Amino acid sequence: MISALGAGFVFGIGLWLSGMANPRKVLDFLDVTGNWDPSLLLVMGGAVIVTAIAFRPLLKKQKLEFRKDIDIPLLAGAALFGIGWGIGGYCPGPALTALSNMSAEVLVFVAAMVGGGFLAKIAAPAAPGA
Amino acid sequence: MDNFTPVSALAGGVLIGLASVWLLAANGRIAGVSGILHGLFAQPPGDRAWRAAFVVGLIAAGFAWHAFVPSNSEPQASWPWLAVAGALVGFGTRMGGGCTSGHGVCGLGRFSLRSLVAVMVFMAAGMAATFVMRHAL
Repeated sequence: MISALGAGFVFGIGLWLSGMANPRKVLDFLDVTGNWDPSLLLVMGGAVIVTAIAFRPLLKKQKLEFRKDIDIPLLAGAALFGIGWGIGGYCPGPALTALSNMSAEVLVFVAAMVGGGFLAKIAAPAAPGA
Repeated sequence: MDNFTPVSALAGGVLIGLASVWLLAANGRIAGVSGILHGLFAQPPGDRAWRAAFVVGLIAAGFAWHAFVPSNSEPQASWPWLAVAGALVGFGTRMGGGCTSGHGVCGLGRFSLRSLVAVMVFMAAGMAATFVMRHAL
């Protein structure tokens, strides 16, 4: 459990350092027709370089199963998530670590996010795996 | 592009990647935040302890950050909009099986075509929504 706590902590520091926890920065990245800020490409790039190198040997040892199909729930879910992301500038990780702002707005977002997850489970009881 | 911050973006991204590798190596889990969060509320309760620990670490990082760095993370939308946005993010990430971390950081790291498609779709949808919010409404 300590390892999960530590991983969450490092993940969170990465979100703050990178600017992902700042919705203004996220929206400046998504706003390609405005004063575009490409920083988030480097956040994703830096993270994926690390996982691309280190995941392969680790996944050989772990018995995890991943879906490979590209179906309607994947496309529709990603589209709905993207719309919500583009409205608020928060995806799940940044929203959770931004609870530390102690602002009512973030609390409302996180509560609605948990509620939306419940709704999805009711709408499609077969819980999707990543 | 006067707001471009390449060094902190890259360094923060590397930390996010390292944390994801850490969770996979130590706990055998994929660092997909939407899945970790919603698994906390799954019935019957199965493996809540590591999920709760990860979320606590994530939130604690925010408090630690604020203690040393002036906060620059003002909400960009009013709370009714954020309620709509949160519901869409919660619903969409569960329906699509992942978010920026699960499909993005971890899925792309294992060269998953399914995750690449998800990332392209949510990036495009996010750009469209931001365009409407900032330039059309």
